[in-house]
Amino acid sequence: MNAVSSVTTKDKAVQATATAGQRLTLRYFAWVREKVGRAEEVVDVPGDVATIGDLVGWLVARGPEYEAAFARPGVVRAALDHVHVKPGASLAGAREIAFFPPVTGG
Amino acid sequence: MAVRVQREVFDAAAEVQALVGGRTDVGSVVTFTGLVRGDAGGRALRSLTLEHYPDMTEAELLRIEAEARERFGLAGSLVSPHRQAAFDAAAFLMDYLKSRAPFWKKEAFEDGTETWVDARETDAAALGRWGVPVTQK
Repeated sequence: MNAVSSVTTKDKAVQATATAGQRLTLRYFAWVREKVGRAEEVVDVPGDVATIGDLVGWLVARGPEYEAAFARPGVVRAALDHVHVKPGASLAGAREIAFFPPVTGG
Repeated sequence: MAVRVQREVFDAAAEVQALVGGRTDVGSVVTFTGLVRGDAGGRALRSLTLEHYPDMTEAELLRIEAEARERFGLAGSLVSPHRQAAFDAAAFLMDYLKSRAPFWKKEAFEDGTETWVDARETDAAALGRWGVPVTQK
């Protein structure tokens, strides 16, 4: 009896973690910033948003300004906590995600 | 090597002096100075604005520096006992900077229009010749 209730509690905890989602700081640069209409925002994303690609999909569904910013597939780049990443990168443990066009410095 | 991004005007000669002053083990210094051209694509330019991502710029430039040190066997600062390593390191740093460091240029023209500069494929290709995987697709 004890063992069973312990397992149940654990399963609930796992489930809660999986669906709780996470809080992220999003930053936008150059024309991505201009299209989104802001430089920075804090968002609470649902638990099924697990990768950078998922996050883009979730943002695009939020409104036309995001749709415009991410309209050209594969053009907008991302950084996760200040490191360049690809769309498949996991958001686990991430704090700050940035979206921007290909860099043009130097 | 100190990595700095600043608004203020700087004196390139003073920067070099700070690196090599008092040292006798340095045989060569290669510097690169970028200037803003007066036109872009045949149109007169009024101004060039550089936007950057401060936290990431610093992290990325330090990664670039560490990579250059490892590749070119540079110690202490990015100056070299011999000229070939200095030229190679300078070329590598600029290629790396242009395709990885988070900077974006916006051009404002005399006719009142403004455009963000498009990334050039040639910059990513230049980095590719160093055998660096280009993480940006």
